[in-house]
Amino acid sequence: MTVDHRQDLLEPVRYTLSAALYPVRVLANLPSETSDFMVDRFKTRRELREENARLRAQHLLYEARLQKLDALEVENIRLRELLDSAYEVGESVLIAELMRVDLDPYTHLLQIDKGGEAGVYRGQPVLDAHGVMGQVDKVGPFSAMVRLITDPSHAIPVQVNRNGIRSVAIGTGNLNLLELSSLPNNSDIRAGDLLVTSGLGGRFPKGYPVARVKKVEIDPGQPFAEVTATPLANLNRSQQVLLVRRDETPRQAAADAPPGEPSAEAAE
Amino acid sequence: MTIVRHHGGWVILVSIIIGYLLTVLPLPAEAEQLRPDWSALIIIYWVLALPQRVGVGVAWLVGLFQDALVGTLLGAHALAFALVAYLTLKLHQRIRVFPLWQQALSVLVLLLLIRLLLYWINGLIGRPAADWVFWTPALIGTLFWPVVFVFLREIRRRYRVQ
Repeated sequence: MTVDHRQDLLEPVRYTLSAALYPVRVLANLPSETSDFMVDRFKTRRELREENARLRAQHLLYEARLQKLDALEVENIRLRELLDSAYEVGESVLIAELMRVDLDPYTHLLQIDKGGEAGVYRGQPVLDAHGVMGQVDKVGPFSAMVRLITDPSHAIPVQVNRNGIRSVAIGTGNLNLLELSSLPNNSDIRAGDLLVTSGLGGRFPKGYPVARVKKVEIDPGQPFAEVTATPLANLNRSQQVLLVRRDETPRQAAADAPPGEPSAEAAE
Repeated sequence: MTIVRHHGGWVILVSIIIGYLLTVLPLPAEAEQLRPDWSALIIIYWVLALPQRVGVGVAWLVGLFQDALVGTLLGAHALAFALVAYLTLKLHQRIRVFPLWQQALSVLVLLLLIRLLLYWINGLIGRPAADWVFWTPALIGTLFWPVVFVFLREIRRRYRVQ
């Protein structure tokens, strides 16, 4: 147990055990899977048409936004070239589906249906449509476990989108609460501020929304302000998640940090 | 030493797999923390019924797989199950002759012991302490014990597991 907790020596063992247990997971997932299938199957034509129209409209909207984004990205690259700094190359995503199996209720873990065989690796960031969900913690060949950002042993480096103040958001064990650590009493942070990943530590890519500040409590007797935030991702409702993979390590980061350096947000 | 022919091993295996299924079957969020330790109940039954076949080693393996299944520290459930299997093995001759409700009481103690070990291990690796709900699965498991016992006994007799 100590070995498992302190080092990663037992990862292969877990990988094998996980493979052996995959059928159990599939069986447990089966009832909800079939009910989903049935619901899809017996949808009326009208419902499908409506859904299709709605999705088409949404798609158009996103396309329009994406056009603007392309232009902005090119501009960004140009500006960065002027500043002579490295530009982080694009990321590719893998879509995985949640398996509805219950895990240990005292840790915030999720089971997804993609594993090592699909290229999932330990520490890979996991997002949903609204924000960062967590990172891959345990990998099996056909499935993996994701540790949510609200798990008490998880911390994620963030910055305030408005002014770039950096902090670390620590999980509380409560599904809709994060704590920001080490923010001085006089720092410029307000309720409603958007927190995005800062990219420090090199595990989470920069700029993804994480949470929104809920409350800032300042106690003059304490050195730091007590800041709580609400995660943006639907941590308990999402069906599908995105696994982000960095295509190319940015030049600077690769030069600065030796590989294998334990990063700030290591899961445990 | 009399030679006892072992057969019906697959029945034990299937019952353990069913235990795993019940362990991960999705439940509503409120009921999730009340779920009894199904694998523990099943292990205790088999150790009571067939102490010469199912012992500490099997319990340890079952616990190890359970750890991989629910994502706890590898070895936590293994240790707890092995210890409980050992105690059951020591006491099986006494527990066997108890009436069902007294058996359920002994099972309560064993299940509480599992919880206690898991609680300690959680504390050791620095996770926040759980609240009182953490202990309820042992109670609920005790309530389920007569059902598990009678059901598995019927199965064991029908398939003549020895």
